[in-house]
Amino acid sequence: MFNVAETPSQAGQAPSATGQAKDLTKIVEMAVEKHGAQPDAFIPILLEINRDYGYIPAEAIRLARKMLHQPEEHVLVSEGQLYGLASFYHMLHTEKTGRHVVQFCESAPCHVQGGRELWKAVQQTLQLKAGETDPQGRFTLKTVSCLGVCGVGPVMLVDDDMYANVTPEQLADIFAKYE
Amino acid sequence: MKFSRSMILVSNDPDSQRLGAQDVYRRFGEKLLELGLEEEVTLAPITDIGRHDALPLVIVYPEATAYGPVTVKDVDRIVEEHLYKGRIAEELLAPVKELSGRIGWLKARKGASPMEKKIVTRRVGRIDPENIEDYIAEDGYQALAKALGQERAEISATLEKSGLQGRGGAGFPTGMKWRFVAGTKSPKKYVVCNADESEPGTFKDRVILEGDPHSIIEALAIAAYCVGADEGYIYVRGEYQLAQHRLEKAIVQAREFGLLGKNILDSNFSFDLHVHSGAGAYVCGEETALLESIEGKRGEPRARPPYPTTHGLWGKPTLVNNVETLANVPPIILNGAEWYRSFGTPSSPGTKTYTILGNVNFRGLIEVPMGITLREIINIYGQGMKNGAPFKMAQTGGSSGSIIPASLQDTPMDFESFRKAGVSLGSGALLICDENNCVLDLAITLMKFFQFESCGKCTPCRVGTERALRMLTAISRGEGKLEDLDTLTAIAQEMEFASNCGLGQTAGVPIRDTLKYFRAEIEAHIRLGVCPAGVCEMTPEPEKV
Repeated sequence: MFNVAETPSQAGQAPSATGQAKDLTKIVEMAVEKHGAQPDAFIPILLEINRDYGYIPAEAIRLARKMLHQPEEHVLVSEGQLYGLASFYHMLHTEKTGRHVVQFCESAPCHVQGGRELWKAVQQTLQLKAGETDPQGRFTLKTVSCLGVCGVGPVMLVDDDMYANVTPEQLADIFAKYE
Repeated sequence: MKFSRSMILVSNDPDSQRLGAQDVYRRFGEKLLELGLEEEVTLAPITDIGRHDALPLVIVYPEATAYGPVTVKDVDRIVEEHLYKGRIAEELLAPVKELSGRIGWLKARKGASPMEKKIVTRRVGRIDPENIEDYIAEDGYQALAKALGQERAEISATLEKSGLQGRGGAGFPTGMKWRFVAGTKSPKKYVVCNADESEPGTFKDRVILEGDPHSIIEALAIAAYCVGADEGYIYVRGEYQLAQHRLEKAIVQAREFGLLGKNILDSNFSFDLHVHSGAGAYVCGEETALLESIEGKRGEPRARPPYPTTHGLWGKPTLVNNVETLANVPPIILNGAEWYRSFGTPSSPGTKTYTILGNVNFRGLIEVPMGITLREIINIYGQGMKNGAPFKMAQTGGSSGSIIPASLQDTPMDFESFRKAGVSLGSGALLICDENNCVLDLAITLMKFFQFESCGKCTPCRVGTERALRMLTAISRGEGKLEDLDTLTAIAQEMEFASNCGLGQTAGVPIRDTLKYFRAEIEAHIRLGVCPAGVCEMTPEPEKV
């Protein structure tokens, strides 16, 4: 869903297109610059950091707070407040994820249209339960609430790629595309 | 745009087919062509007609006349008399006494046709959503121009007369809300479009935003003029990237054309818009949680009152409307309240979009006049149940809707009739389930959703959803006790009465409805240790290591 090719992070650091670890300070600075430092920009800023870095580490929260807290402008914000946002919204991650994030729609329409069987097959194929990352850091498996494409359910997202009308037989081929 | 004045439904279930329904259907098609009526009259097969005498049965709308049993020779007469001359062919009517009972729904539906009528989705797929000129060529921004020449009170009065009700699920009269906000005295006001569509099974707003983004911008500009706001937000759920992209593009174009910004159309009225992305939280569809989220806070609903109409975004009077509601506004302003009232039922005028999902042959989005019945939706638009399996239940309006058993499928779907039947129309998602689905399994899925999405601010919802989920899961594993059902009922009531917002207040509905309509099936899990549909595992969860 995000239009970023190099989103996945790799064992400890987020590599950029050039293979270099991304500079967290720079990411945070750019996000603040792009969205401004007003309260209604807090969530867009965190989304941007999450998008560029793969997740929101504690250090990013510290950096962002320093830039956003401006008493003279009557904008008051604490680190706890920002962490509160990062932990509240499902699209923001406070923990490092695998290189690829599999998001499985677990809402009723997909469930009724074959999702029930598919979910079992996904867990079995990946040998993961919801919220887990495999030891190699390849996949993180998450459930997600309705993605709004129920007409073609069951639906599954792997990173930004949407798979619809998925059957258990297709799973092996789908996951093989992601290293 | 095709608009038919009449619609003919021909029963097409196996019994009818055996009795020659397909020939009847074919002859109808030929006869309509012969008389040149094919443009004016829609012909459709319908699978489960609800009665099994007088087959093949033919129903003609909008008069809701039932003919049957109809043979090929009768077709000419029906077409000539009823559709050509406008007289009912009395001698061919289905036996009168049979019109009560199972097809009593026909009477309730009289005067309103189940034909598709597009108002909010009329441009979707017809115009290039990224080109403002396409929109303008299709009457775009004319309603804004008209509104800017009107008194502000006139606009909200038109909406009140039209009878438009909020399409986000609650059905609050839109015109009244506009009048409330317009009546507040504040130098700063906001209009907000709630596009945080996250009800499972609902994607009507996405279709409108992606297919016709300018209609929402135009509606918001009219709203802002009417209530006296100069700034607006469209809060789009984070997952809808394409919708956000198209809206942003549309806003830039509208500014270039002078339809947003300062002195719009030389009227001294200034208005500008921001697109605000959500970040994945179902509860932000609740309007006060949405406002909290725009303000850069956790999306936890506020205590109400005060309502957003007086204390909304940044504490200022704020008008919050759903996407579909807003999409109705420009056509109403342009064509008038009377025009709008000619669709739907007297208590719920206009059209409603529905998403048909689940075990039917066709899944997707339709827009039909209010008051259509579930049976008609399943059979006409869903093209019947998949693999011919019997219909068991439908779940309406996403998670917060109701579970509707087969016995209620002939209730007209408008706000008032549904309220009387004690069910909720919700956001228009219709999840159709056949008999291979277990009602307990469905309830667990819904409860899992609520438990996952509960924001955790108030206790009844945070604790109630968790407890209910555990208890339901235990029953599905054969570990339930009969007294659990009483506890579940109590939890459902506590959540309904004591929760702070709509999420918690409706989280108990799946429990209430399953126990109301399908108690025997749940009890079978407990008393007999079997899942009648063969879905639940009925074995204890393996020990966690």
